[in-house]
Amino acid sequence: MLTLIKGGRVIDPGNLDGIMDILIEDGKIIEIEEQGSGVRGQGSEVRSQKSEVRVVDASGKIVAPGLIDMHVHFRDPGHEYKETIETGSRAAAFGGFTAVCTMPNTNPVNDNTQITEYILKKARLANIVRVYPVAAISPGLKGKGLCEYGDLKKAGAIAVSDDGNPVTDSQLMRRALEYAKGFGLLVISHCENFELVANGVMNEGAVATRMGLSGIPNAAESSMVMRDTGLCELTGARLHIAHVSTVESVNAIRNAKARGVNVTAETAPHYFTLTEDAVKGYNTNAKMNPPLRSSRDREAILEGLHDGTIDVIATDHAPHSSIEKDVEFDLAANGIIGLETSVSLGLRLVENKVITMTDLIAKMSTNPARITGLYSGIKKGSPADITIIDPDVVYEVNADSFQSLSRNTPFDGWKMKGGAVLTMVGGKVVFER
Amino acid sequence: MEFVKKDILDMESLSVDEITLILNVAEQMKEISKRSVKKVPTLRGKTIVLFFHEPSTRTRTSFDIAAKRLSADCFSIAGSTSSLVKGETLIDTARNLEAMNPDIIVMRHSMAGAPHMLAKALKTSIINAGDGMHAHPTQSLLDIMTVIEKKGSIKGLRIAIVGDISHSRVARSNIIGFTKMGADVVLAGPPTMIPKGIEDFGVSVTYSVDDAVCNADVIMMLRIQKERQNGFLFSTEREYSRVYGLTAEKMKSAKKDVLIMHPGPVNRGVEIAPDVADGPYSIIIDQVTNGVAIRMALLYLLAGGARNVDAD
Repeated sequence: MLTLIKGGRVIDPGNLDGIMDILIEDGKIIEIEEQGSGVRGQGSEVRSQKSEVRVVDASGKIVAPGLIDMHVHFRDPGHEYKETIETGSRAAAFGGFTAVCTMPNTNPVNDNTQITEYILKKARLANIVRVYPVAAISPGLKGKGLCEYGDLKKAGAIAVSDDGNPVTDSQLMRRALEYAKGFGLLVISHCENFELVANGVMNEGAVATRMGLSGIPNAAESSMVMRDTGLCELTGARLHIAHVSTVESVNAIRNAKARGVNVTAETAPHYFTLTEDAVKGYNTNAKMNPPLRSSRDREAILEGLHDGTIDVIATDHAPHSSIEKDVEFDLAANGIIGLETSVSLGLRLVENKVITMTDLIAKMSTNPARITGLYSGIKKGSPADITIIDPDVVYEVNADSFQSLSRNTPFDGWKMKGGAVLTMVGGKVVFER
Repeated sequence: MEFVKKDILDMESLSVDEITLILNVAEQMKEISKRSVKKVPTLRGKTIVLFFHEPSTRTRTSFDIAAKRLSADCFSIAGSTSSLVKGETLIDTARNLEAMNPDIIVMRHSMAGAPHMLAKALKTSIINAGDGMHAHPTQSLLDIMTVIEKKGSIKGLRIAIVGDISHSRVARSNIIGFTKMGADVVLAGPPTMIPKGIEDFGVSVTYSVDDAVCNADVIMMLRIQKERQNGFLFSTEREYSRVYGLTAEKMKSAKKDVLIMHPGPVNRGVEIAPDVADGPYSIIIDQVTNGVAIRMALLYLLAGGARNVDAD
């Protein structure tokens, strides 16, 4: 069985950009041909005549290497009523992702090889997208010691992070970076100063003051970004900063990169799309950690995406049920789901000329691949992980139709232009619009 | 003018006309409280639930008396005796209350936005009797009523609010209420107690009580909560009272006929010296009296006692 993806604009950042046909057989890309190149001797059209071929018409669409979301929470094991590895994988496929990296704050925590193996086994059984577990920095995410990074890496962990919690102890963070370096493991840092957050539940500023909610200052994030980039500089380890939300953090990362520090960074679609205004009316679907910030911070995030300071767009997909969200704002759980809206929100950046289509694909596929050591690309002989994006499809977000088990999105009812229309993992179509 | 509001949630959502109407009705209600038989049949057959999920004596009693003077049936449910301690969510408890067909739920809660959540979920009218650090609209209305009684109008008055602005729902509601009615509001307190972005409310801010009090027509002192010391908001009670407490000496630069207010309960000797609290300019007790009148007016307007009230 052959699949021919015909006439799309193929973009593999840094390698390909043009109208091409891609021929796939047994899960691999076996042929890539520029249209009108004239060298079609053994080409797709010839082949398509001699055996059964599924033809996917991609004209007017973007054909990209499979998108990778390097920051999701699948709640499995522990809170399977919010999301399982299977439902999360399906949500990923529907959102255009061929691979995800799952954060370790499950219950029990992914701080040992049994949990890592459990996640990989469940992902294999679901057989939808590729799932790469991130293991914990410290046992139980408690910040008191180091997990067995060597064993965890062997079991399949692709990075370590205490995401959800900061590593408060600076000495432990230093040692974690050094110890991870010995195994070639990436450290993903959740930058948050607990003392400065105190009982804060949204961004500190006029909106919080008006609503009578306790604020979280920007410095709660940026002071830790500065600490961790300093520790990265000290240790020469690989550091990735998760969910960047403030202007000061962007500046600190830009500054560190200029010094030659080996740091990368991600932001989430909600930080470049929304501001603290979305919280008005005590909207718990706009409550997350770090919180939605001011328009000045949002501008800085856009600038960071534009100039490359921010390498990656990752969703921080954080499913919660109505049990955690239909409560007093102070009590509501942090986080929103993002897998099924990410591409459309990313395309707004292209539409608004913040970044190019090629940049978007880099930040959602090739950059996270490079950072985590995964594969992404459209090459002859490589696995056919492909996302087809229609930049013109118009639709309205309907949370009730999500594949995710949860509905906690602030984007329900939003009119979108552009989205993923086909997701292929190893040659198998796992989503088609 | 017709009063068509379903809920009273905060001062932001009340227009100047609505505030004026409430004040006019409260004026009439105040007269009832002066009679020897302090009861009218206006809300006979109406049910009012006092749903207090945070300790309160003053406000709950005030609502209770207000309801009874209008002949409404009034029931109190405290957070600790309700199902909330058994793990029921606030929304579920509220839906159960609503199923018993009350006309108004008066709600006090330690968390901002809780009454707004109920107002969205229920058809029953909700009156916010204080939510976290957010709002305390009935306090603001009674304060406006008290100042107007003494000064004739709020317009152009210089009103100083002094103390822990950050944690005060009374301060927030009064800032909005007083500025809406045309006052110039100045805030004073240590920078640790001035919330970020408060200038957006159209007020001025100073860290000097002397500057705030200078030429003030009204000085409102806020209660300092001793447990705030744990959040490093001030050093000691001793220093706080010396720097930020109101004394007769500090009052000298205020207008001659300055009014002293305090939402209570008062920490005598901390934020306000006893001779000031009890002095001739103090209207702290008038505030309490007007509290009943304001709450009678709101219950009356919301329970449909008057779909058409003449705001003459």
